[in-house]
Amino acid sequence: MTSPSTAPILRSKHLLGIEGLTPFDVTAMLDLAETYVVQGRAADKKTALLKGRTLINLFFESSTRTQSSFELAGKRLGADVMNMSVKTSSVSKGETLIDTASTINAMRPDILVVRHQDAGAAELLSRKLDCSVINAGDGAHEHPTQALLDALTIRRHRGSFEGLVIAICGDVLHSRVARSNLRLLSIMGAQVRLVAPRTLLPCDADRFGVEVHTNMKSGLAGADIVMMLRLQLERMAGAFVPSTREYFRFYGLDREKLSVAKPGALVMHPGPMNRGVEIASDIADDVQVSLIAEQVEMGVALRMAILDALSRGMS
Amino acid sequence: MKRIAFRNAHLIDPASGLDAKGGLLVENGRIADVGPRLFNDAEPNDPEVIDCRGLVLAPGLIDCRVFTGEPGAEHRESLESASAAAAAGGVTSMIVMPNTDPVIDEPSLVDFLLRRAAATAKVRVLPCAALTKGLLGETMTEIGLLQEAGAIAFTEGDRSVANARVLRRALSYAATFDALVISHAEDPELVKGASATEGEFATRLGLPAAPAIAEAMMVERDIRLVELTGVRMHFGQISTRTALDVIAAAKARGLPVTCGVTAHHLTLNELDVGAYYTFRKVRPPLRSEADRAAMVEGVASGVIDVIVSSHEPQGADTKRQPYASAAAGTVGLETLLPAALSLSHNGDASLSQVIAALTAAPARIFGLPGGTLARGAPADLVLLDENEPFVVDAEKLRSRSRNTAFEGHKFSGRARATFVGGECVFDAR
Repeated sequence: MTSPSTAPILRSKHLLGIEGLTPFDVTAMLDLAETYVVQGRAADKKTALLKGRTLINLFFESSTRTQSSFELAGKRLGADVMNMSVKTSSVSKGETLIDTASTINAMRPDILVVRHQDAGAAELLSRKLDCSVINAGDGAHEHPTQALLDALTIRRHRGSFEGLVIAICGDVLHSRVARSNLRLLSIMGAQVRLVAPRTLLPCDADRFGVEVHTNMKSGLAGADIVMMLRLQLERMAGAFVPSTREYFRFYGLDREKLSVAKPGALVMHPGPMNRGVEIASDIADDVQVSLIAEQVEMGVALRMAILDALSRGMS
Repeated sequence: MKRIAFRNAHLIDPASGLDAKGGLLVENGRIADVGPRLFNDAEPNDPEVIDCRGLVLAPGLIDCRVFTGEPGAEHRESLESASAAAAAGGVTSMIVMPNTDPVIDEPSLVDFLLRRAAATAKVRVLPCAALTKGLLGETMTEIGLLQEAGAIAFTEGDRSVANARVLRRALSYAATFDALVISHAEDPELVKGASATEGEFATRLGLPAAPAIAEAMMVERDIRLVELTGVRMHFGQISTRTALDVIAAAKARGLPVTCGVTAHHLTLNELDVGAYYTFRKVRPPLRSEADRAAMVEGVASGVIDVIVSSHEPQGADTKRQPYASAAAGTVGLETLLPAALSLSHNGDASLSQVIAALTAAPARIFGLPGGTLARGAPADLVLLDENEPFVVDAEKLRSRSRNTAFEGHKFSGRARATFVGGECVFDAR
């Protein structure tokens, strides 16, 4: 099973962020990903598209689902996949990262997937390496494959993005998922709202062409899609919000808050979830409203599409 | 239906601008009617008639800054004893500070205070909750849940949050819930160990002292954070001209900032400490005469919104100490009105302005339904004689602690009767 066309899709050899992508790029990526959804559901999930190619997963931050999703995507396309988990240390980070880059470059990979706690790390690596670089999350900057897989999930349920009201709720301040999603959904014509207590909203959030709400009821009113963000454990104990019980009471998604959204509204979460903190269990587990499991499936298909697209420019 | 008719009153209601002879009708705990012509012609046909004989009938006072000892130090003051003092002082609502033991930093403790108040207090008790857990200045409290439990504002009481990052986040979070934050403006490191205002007088007495600007510095910082976070901030008590000027400038810029002053900072200055008179040791310490005069001016100009007692009961054990070791604080619920009235008697402010700073202004800042004689408002009322001579005698105070800064002080004017929700809680007519 191969994709219908092998024409180039992305103009860049890297995928560092949603910033710089056009609506045409996004649509082409999502169309390509659809074919990999089919492949992923077939008995034989494997092709030889990337046979002989080397994919390195370089994760400076721990990750389960993104790393395994890229690993599976690479393997299903026939690439050799190597996972490198680099424990962070107090060593000067800039130096370490560049040293690591030259080491990796010497291994001659074709695609490097990188996650790093510092914003701009993927960008820096892309300038030091000869291979394609995919940003799998850099600090609070971007997480483009998450935004694309969310878009794929939404499009499969709603057909298009035009006029959809999408509420992104929770720890927007620290979230690269939120930043990538609001960029992508905005250029695709959706109406994005950010909903969070002021301590978790970035400065000047209203400059991004989105509506900003500090109250869930007003933020969710009439929403088609409710995207919940993960609240990092270390941010719960008093620094940004006073307690998990207070957070859940005012910002956790429960039936009462969801009831003001549009009837049939769908719920998403990039995972891993904190049940009873940002989302009530009964909503997370309700297959009528929750797209959370489907997001994981779409993640593999979308990442196969990214690997495919980037490989098309390779010699 | 319980009805009380007040006739022959001098009605003063700064909220509506009413200042006239007239009558007022109370029905079921609320003001049913009010006006210059009410009960003029005929005796009202009601079971209870109160002839005010020309005395002032005003909204009950709202004291925005009261410390009690409940829970934790009931030997100094309970809600019950504080409320008896409040009623005798014409105060119908006490806004109580969270500096108790335990600190009011949990929704269940707000609930406890409200239940205790309902069971024991004669006047309304409106609890403030701590802004940070344990008043330690480290992590913010559950502002949303505390607000739902009934906390009307958030404050560290007589402490300042030293860490600007902690404060910034707490204020930002409070703004999310449109919560009011009451700030205490004293740079904690600068005033550590000080018991007087730096200056000639403190030097002569040899007292550890802190510069008066310790106040304005914190007011400046906090106002910058108000600008950043958009929170509504009330400075519980200011005492210096420099702080007043900073607040006036912030108000002129349209920032949501208000402030109060204590009755003792309006009427006493540092010289009143005399020979180490510890009952006049307060926080912040008494200031220079120029600063005291500036406070009076601030009330007259309206830059200072409210006058408070900063009622703080202390026992003989904590007050009968060498000055530097003695606890700070004065009781004040019963002397708030007489001390405030000295402004109108001295011609510094009108009677209506003084009453506004004790009723309409606090109601506006804290979003309370009282503080007015408007129809439909709760019948929280004070009948006061603005000219009655009053010599303060600590032994006659209702408060469980007798540490008044005004012992022997001669005032003109005091409450003669007090009503809360139409019920008479004090009557000395």
